[in-house]
Amino acid sequence: MAKMGPRIGVLVAFLVTMAACGGSNAPAAQSDVGVTSNSILLGNTIALSGPARAYGTIANAENAYFTYINNTKGGINGRKITFKILDDAYTPANAVTLTKQLVEQDQVFAMFSGLGTQTQTSVRDYLNTQKVPQLFVATGATTFMADYGAHNWTIGWQPPYQGEARIYAKDILANHTSAKIGVLYQNDDYGQDYLKGLTDGLGSSSGLIVDKESYDVTAAVPTLAAQLSKIKASGADTLFLFTTPAFTIGSLAIVTKIGWAPLIYLNSVSNPQVYMGLAQKSGAALTNVTSVGYIKDPTDPQWANDDGMKLYKTVIANCTTCNVMDGFNIYGVAVAYSMVDILTQAGSVMTRKNVMDIAANHLNETNPFLLPTVKVKTTSSDHFPITQEQVIHWSGTGWTLQGSIIDERGTIK
Amino acid sequence: MQEFVQQVVSGIASGGIFASLALALVLIYNAMGLVNFAQGEMAMFATFIAYTLISHGVNYFIAFPLTLGLAFIGGVLVERAVIRPVERAPVLTLVIVTLGLATLINGAAGFLFGYTPNYFSSPFSAHTVNIFGAFASYQDLSVIAVSGIVLVAIYLLLQRTTLGLTLRAAAHHPEASRLLGVRVSWMLALGWGLASAVGAVSGIMVAPILLLEPNMMQTIIIYAFAAAVLGGIDSPLGAVVGGLIVGVTVNLVGAYLVGGDLELAVALAIIVGVLVVKPNGLFGRAAARNV
Amino acid sequence: MSRLRNAPPLYFLGVIVVLFFIGLPTVVTSFQSSEWTQVLIFAIVIMGLNILVGYSGQISLGHGALMAVGAYTCAILIHRYNVDYLITIPIAGLLTGVVGFVLGIPALRLSALYLALATFALAVVAPSLIKRPVQLTGGVQGILLSPPDPPQFAKDGFGAVTGGLAMTSDQWMYYVSLVLALLLFWFAWNLVRHRPGRAMRAIRDREVAAASSGINVAAYKTLAFGISAFYAGIGGALYGLSIGFVSPDTFPLALSFQLLVGAVIGGLASITGPLVGGIFTFWLPIVSSQFVASQPWIPAGVAAAFKNAGPQVTYGALLILIMIFAPNGVVGLVTVGYARLQARLRGAGDRGSGQMPSDPQTV
Repeated sequence: MAKMGPRIGVLVAFLVTMAACGGSNAPAAQSDVGVTSNSILLGNTIALSGPARAYGTIANAENAYFTYINNTKGGINGRKITFKILDDAYTPANAVTLTKQLVEQDQVFAMFSGLGTQTQTSVRDYLNTQKVPQLFVATGATTFMADYGAHNWTIGWQPPYQGEARIYAKDILANHTSAKIGVLYQNDDYGQDYLKGLTDGLGSSSGLIVDKESYDVTAAVPTLAAQLSKIKASGADTLFLFTTPAFTIGSLAIVTKIGWAPLIYLNSVSNPQVYMGLAQKSGAALTNVTSVGYIKDPTDPQWANDDGMKLYKTVIANCTTCNVMDGFNIYGVAVAYSMVDILTQAGSVMTRKNVMDIAANHLNETNPFLLPTVKVKTTSSDHFPITQEQVIHWSGTGWTLQGSIIDERGTIK
Repeated sequence: MQEFVQQVVSGIASGGIFASLALALVLIYNAMGLVNFAQGEMAMFATFIAYTLISHGVNYFIAFPLTLGLAFIGGVLVERAVIRPVERAPVLTLVIVTLGLATLINGAAGFLFGYTPNYFSSPFSAHTVNIFGAFASYQDLSVIAVSGIVLVAIYLLLQRTTLGLTLRAAAHHPEASRLLGVRVSWMLALGWGLASAVGAVSGIMVAPILLLEPNMMQTIIIYAFAAAVLGGIDSPLGAVVGGLIVGVTVNLVGAYLVGGDLELAVALAIIVGVLVVKPNGLFGRAAARNV
Repeated sequence: MSRLRNAPPLYFLGVIVVLFFIGLPTVVTSFQSSEWTQVLIFAIVIMGLNILVGYSGQISLGHGALMAVGAYTCAILIHRYNVDYLITIPIAGLLTGVVGFVLGIPALRLSALYLALATFALAVVAPSLIKRPVQLTGGVQGILLSPPDPPQFAKDGFGAVTGGLAMTSDQWMYYVSLVLALLLFWFAWNLVRHRPGRAMRAIRDREVAAASSGINVAAYKTLAFGISAFYAGIGGALYGLSIGFVSPDTFPLALSFQLLVGAVIGGLASITGPLVGGIFTFWLPIVSSQFVASQPWIPAGVAAAFKNAGPQVTYGALLILIMIFAPNGVVGLVTVGYARLQARLRGAGDRGSGQMPSDPQTV
């Protein structure tokens, strides 16, 4: 019974569109599950409850952009986007059940921006077997981009964590060749992926890493003093924080508290200005902090009159629960922009296959919410949509861009 | 050696945080022989109330006692509404009720105040003090100092006042107390109110260090359990001493023995170890069981 | 024939329920069958939890961790040692049972409250402990399990009944879970009706009295833990197989909490309670987060606000209300309601005969 529904649906849609096109010379329009003449249904599972629910705002921000497109442009070629967001509480079991529901019961056209490495890994095989696009997963875990060959219905979006860490490695090799590096990393796919990128990027100089300490995401922030004191005692003069925001802020404060002033590298997830402000108030000195960025930060005054930032502020007003200053929200709007982009490119051939093909092989987009010159790009031989980031230094009041955009395209196999 | 001293000092600092919440747990236990799984969430909620007051211009030194008062009333209300109907129910029912309460309060806080972390200002600065070559911040010291003050206050209340005696009597021997004219039910409410106020103190003192957000106390509560269990679940002094020991042990074991990612497992080991070997903890009193 | 006529009406109800479950996948979609598989899995674990909590009176807030043991045993055996998945299920159950038995030994020394605390801490720490032995468990990457293919006889049978439909892996897993659930329910039912059940209930109600009447309290309590863990292990293995993935975050504290809540709401010390508990555990989060949003008559602003924290607030509030007003769970409510109905139907006359009300625990 389950397989009949979608099959009949496709057949009917096909016949209707054939009939509609019978009288003109328009190119053969095609449609697919989840697509009607005036709507496209997208599905998503994300953490709206549980410990990871701070990420939930991303889906709301994405929906705000879709609402904006629906209202100002009548959707895409007359089709309005309906975005069904379900709460998986960051648990793979829920993600599997809800994804199956979205695919088999709600009959979505594609899954968009699913969040979490474990959750999205748990549904990847299923979606690929069902040939449902798993588009622009909201995680930088390198496997989603690197393993396209084995899972060609899955594509990531944001820069891979390993790529970002390689940029840090390049910075070290160029500017701090005798650094003694200590690393504090979260003991999960996120932290471990970053650590791998750093180690690989340093290559033969990976001996520069003198100490590595991990913590579990269930740790109480003040207890990180144990790991940080240990790293300090190992003689490190450079500290890498591969940590999520709450732990980054805490670590920055603890580092100053224990009387240490190393060169600090922190990752892009934690660098929004609002977090740096919290760290400063908590007592962090922030004297020598480096990061990389690829997205415009809403709290950064240099973008106050930027067209992209103004558009973001207009769009985010559609979401009543979204904090406009939250970096997660501009991320959501930016990735939704890419989603709309590929749907627009699909034109009248609105099939899963075509949309997946465009996303994985034919993206070449300038995104108004990303840093200037960063492009969202895929080709038939490279399925990493974003690989460019720019090094930024903390100036005491804000981030200043350093040097030029670094491209890690092609470095990760 | 230097590092070792720092680990110990940092451990004492985080231990102070655990101790402050453990005091609230101990109070509830003294009032009704129950561990309140919602204690951390109640403390967090009270801290949000303080934060809201301060952001609307109320002076910190007025908002503090005001919040304590509101927390006290809140604790009493919660007891009357939620606990009283199940006062005499078996332990399992009460455990589930407090867990349900924790879920409810956590969700309500998220709904009302959002999930982005907030900075909670403290009159104590984040600048550091040098202790034998190791560093702790004034905020850390304030947590320990205030916990000490609360400890003394609780001790005086429970051991040196009639009210405290009545409270403890109502908890340990409710039937006999009723026969003596004690309003047992209201003693429970009082206990909850006091515990809620102590929790509020804990929340306000630790929020500058932890960053205020709905999940602030979720891991702290487990360390607080370990502290209370280690010190003796009915002993306020035990809560403080237990907290400091837990803080230092977690740091040292995490740094030198098992690795930082298993710090919480160390707390679990402490809880299980103490409960199996010496259930009354360091300072608790053994209670004879009625046959 | 007379036995059939004299059997309590509940027996017939039970038969109808079993038939309903057997026929279910033939009339609903494969996805819906997979949902009911989850219900059955939860029912199995809650049945085990019920033996521990309802019958022997020991609290566990850590059954999610025991499920993890079962699930990982199954996954590691399949992934590293290529054991057939059907064989891994009883192995997982037995191994977890041993773990539970071992845990039951220190548990003897803990009073109800402390046991709750200790198992709570265990549940919180379980994910971080799983992440440690990376070679064995795959760490945070987890272990992927491919969906089992239904064997030919099952496909043929299913096709015959449904008029040619191909049996999916989800539907096959449903039947595997159903068979195990029926077996395990039957086992539990016998357990509680005979000496072990009576002994456990005696221990639960008056431990000292039970000990003085010759019951080996320690043995029965640890046995209860072991059996309870055995059920959790089987449930965990089925869980891993039906989801197709095991990872540390698949077994968070929330799972342990939901299981205990399901047991209590279904009704402790009953055999049918766990099924209700399983239904509740699986459907409540889905209904509370999706139902409101899908109702067109609720204004959008309210629905959006509810979506953010409403489910959690509702869950907490519901728990408290049920504990206050219906502490014996749904089964308790039904039993009381049924007894009242019967009394009404029979008339007031019977009360004079001094009949003892029937023991709700003899089903």
